[in-house]
Amino acid sequence: MDRLQLLLLLSFAMFTLGMVGLAIRRDLLVVLMCLELALNGVLLSLVVFAQQADIAAGAVLVFLVFVVAAAEIAIAIPIVLLMVRHKRTLDVGAFSDLRG
Amino acid sequence: MNALLAELDTLLLYLFAVGAAGGSVLMIVLRAPMHVATALISTMVFLGGIYGLLGVHFIAAFQVLIYVGAVMVFMVYVIMLLEVRAVARSPFSRLLLPGAAIGALLMMLLALLLWHGGRSAAALPGSDQIFTVEAFARIFLSEYWLHFELTSLLLLAAAVAAIAVIKAPHPGEDHHG
Repeated sequence: MDRLQLLLLLSFAMFTLGMVGLAIRRDLLVVLMCLELALNGVLLSLVVFAQQADIAAGAVLVFLVFVVAAAEIAIAIPIVLLMVRHKRTLDVGAFSDLRG
Repeated sequence: MNALLAELDTLLLYLFAVGAAGGSVLMIVLRAPMHVATALISTMVFLGGIYGLLGVHFIAAFQVLIYVGAVMVFMVYVIMLLEVRAVARSPFSRLLLPGAAIGALLMMLLALLLWHGGRSAAALPGSDQIFTVEAFARIFLSEYWLHFELTSLLLLAAAVAAIAVIKAPHPGEDHHG
């Protein structure tokens, strides 16, 4: 297995584990962290492909995604705080009445 | 000497990859949110090491500064701040079995695809081919300056939105209080 295959496999593994965590975990904060894990997996493959093709724009895109991820967390955490203040629990099952 | 360094490079890459994969698995298995956050932080630090070995040092620095230094510290503060009862009984939802089965299937398919895809023509550069901060800064502030300015606008909007969400009144509270 060469370096490219190893890193792509790691990227796939991180994305898949993040998605599995999103589906199977019940804690709202853990679900958010699993989302971050999946995003990190995708970012790793972006960096690997940008390095392989020697595209400088790839690095700029990674930086922009970092900033967007920071903004996403800055919004997501207050929303989680608001939801927890309302329901007094972190269990995602308690928020099932939010659908539709 | 160069061959020895290349070997060390590959060994470190494998070590960091195993560390990152182990941290990811721990995130799914561990119960307490604080333990999960610690596993995620270790995964991100290992990823930073991988970026460093790939020669993109500033992305490694951003990974540690932005993700570990900002996002995860924020997350850890929130875990400590929230005094809510722990999720009852099992930390897993009723989707545990189908979720794990679909995840394993997806992982096997992707690995199989990668395995049969063969070796790519263009090899991955090592840490000797470094994309420097100078090159990044040059391209970032000449060609992509508008995007750079837009990120500051986005961060400002996110900060304002976060304050607006926190200050929003909710049903159980006195709106004038």
